[in-house]
Amino acid sequence: MTRMIDIYSILPVMIVAGWALLLLVVDLWIPRHRKGITALLAAIGLAIALGFVLASSGNTILGFNQMVVLDGFSSFMQVLFLVSGMVAVALAYDYIQRMNINHGEFYVLMMFSIAGMMLMSQAYNLLMVFLALELLSIPLYVLTGFARTRLESEEASLKYFLLGAFASGFVLYGTALIFSATGQLDFVGIAAVVTAGSANSVLFLIGAALLLVGFGFKIAAVPFQMWTPDVYQGAPTPVTAFMSVAVKAAGFAALMRVFLVLFPSLSEHLTPILWVMAALTMIVGNIVALAQNNIKRMLAYSAIAHAGYILMAFVAFGNGEVVGNTVAATLFYLVAYGLTSFGAWALVIVIEREYGKGILLDDLAGIGKHYPWLGVAMLVFMLSFAGVPLTMGFWGKFYLFRTAVQAGYIGLAIIGLLTSVASAYYYLRVVVYMFMKPGEPKLQINPWVSLVIGVAALAVLLLSLIPWTILELASRAVLLLQ
Amino acid sequence: MPVIGTIFYAFLAIVAVGSALGMLINRNAIYSALFLVLNFATVAVLYLALGAPFIALSQITVYAGAIMVLFLFVITLLGAEKLPGYEPIKGHRIVAIGLAFVFIAELVLFFFFRNQVTGPIPLIGPEFASPRNIGVLMFTEYLLPFEVVAFILLSATVGAIMLTKPERKSTTKLSQQQD
Repeated sequence: MTRMIDIYSILPVMIVAGWALLLLVVDLWIPRHRKGITALLAAIGLAIALGFVLASSGNTILGFNQMVVLDGFSSFMQVLFLVSGMVAVALAYDYIQRMNINHGEFYVLMMFSIAGMMLMSQAYNLLMVFLALELLSIPLYVLTGFARTRLESEEASLKYFLLGAFASGFVLYGTALIFSATGQLDFVGIAAVVTAGSANSVLFLIGAALLLVGFGFKIAAVPFQMWTPDVYQGAPTPVTAFMSVAVKAAGFAALMRVFLVLFPSLSEHLTPILWVMAALTMIVGNIVALAQNNIKRMLAYSAIAHAGYILMAFVAFGNGEVVGNTVAATLFYLVAYGLTSFGAWALVIVIEREYGKGILLDDLAGIGKHYPWLGVAMLVFMLSFAGVPLTMGFWGKFYLFRTAVQAGYIGLAIIGLLTSVASAYYYLRVVVYMFMKPGEPKLQINPWVSLVIGVAALAVLLLSLIPWTILELASRAVLLLQ
Repeated sequence: MPVIGTIFYAFLAIVAVGSALGMLINRNAIYSALFLVLNFATVAVLYLALGAPFIALSQITVYAGAIMVLFLFVITLLGAEKLPGYEPIKGHRIVAIGLAFVFIAELVLFFFFRNQVTGPIPLIGPEFASPRNIGVLMFTEYLLPFEVVAFILLSATVGAIMLTKPERKSTTKLSQQQD
């Protein structure tokens, strides 16, 4: 029987999903030129859900026959997803009008995707992990191709869909192998079988590796990053911003939950794989970003590189002593990276005058002179990406490196440090183009987008003065480890 | 598992994997689709052998039936694939007659042995995969996944409509012209 406590455990998800359903119907009566109402309603729905997440945080509940769990980790991630969703709505409102793709379904699909992410952070059963992955992915395939008369958008959507379906296949096959190794799908049952030592260890390991492939695709870790630059470039920019923050966070949520609960016993085999993945992701992301002159592609490679930094701390997932720090540092970094990333993408939205036009480095020329506060904001974001002190990005990297060193992966930390230094070149090049090159940019700045830029820049600067508050929140978001 | 069960399973597994490979390798979309039908049917037989006739028949009707008919329809409607006019397998009529005799022999054998209850693979229980049990499981233990699947299908539907519905630019322009 479904008990009240089951409903309570996924109430925020139900609110987002139910609100999206209602919005789908209500949107029919909202005329084409008033789609701002849909955007506002979507934001209100997300805000209500956010309120419920905050109200129900602090509890630990297993709901629906251990299908889902409500704990500090899921609450933290859900706040991140919901705030990302609201920022994405604010960024999209003006953009989809300008690009003439103003359909209310945009916001509905985004809410479905957010519901999937929220479920992903709560999933406590491999079946739920797979379904949440699909629920968050399918609307994103559509959102990527939302500007469908544009060839680049359609191409991005098709690539994302084909490779995404392939990655889902890996997750499903991994799930099937783990089921055949243990006879269980829910985390409690699998952990019990593994602890008892009655699992088929070969099948279990292959299943774990296949899951790593699937999640590696979602977080865009090398060698599963091939889709990222094309999809990030072709998708509507607010969707790209949403993907680079929320989808990455959802991928890491799944990775952390599944690996920390199910696979600590496999760490001996999986740690070398993760080590190589982390090193390659940092190196490839940063090196290839050096050669980009399209800002969207550059930020896409930078997003790959940042996933590498997080993986660097995650390599130690089997080490019980530092695992708490790993989770806290990862969550902190996701917040720091999210703030910086949304700010940078908002700036791309400002300078993108037509779909996919005006986003080369040369188009930045003169912005620092004619729009000084935009220039200063971009300087802040680029410094934060590069990890310069007095920004959130610095503290994020500091905590990640500290965790890696604590766990004894000094070689990896050195790779991270060197690639970080290399990354400063392409981040600062953006600033150089803005301030040093002459140009006469004509920008249309929407108040909502400038609000996002302003708040993100202030948060990146001011929160860096009190980073331990966020870190403490992240530390309290402990996983339910059984 | 008895030896006969292992042989039975190995045969089905080889056919299933072979047909999946055939689907992937074949350049002709119609042949690929037909290989997929064979694959679905083989998996359905596996379900049947495991004592889950309801799931097996759902697999046949939904996948091998409805979905594959839709696939073939789309392929032939698009007209991208042209089948060769000649018969690609030499002497396939003789093979077909041979297979027909095998089928008749099977029917006769079935008639004589129809009351035997042994299967090649040991069953979990007679009621294990009955429609009733599946329904009960789906709405109790697996209620949440069931609802999530509903949302996945809905978002896919909304997405498919969004990506294919034609632009309605003319309506606003017409009203502006009338003004």
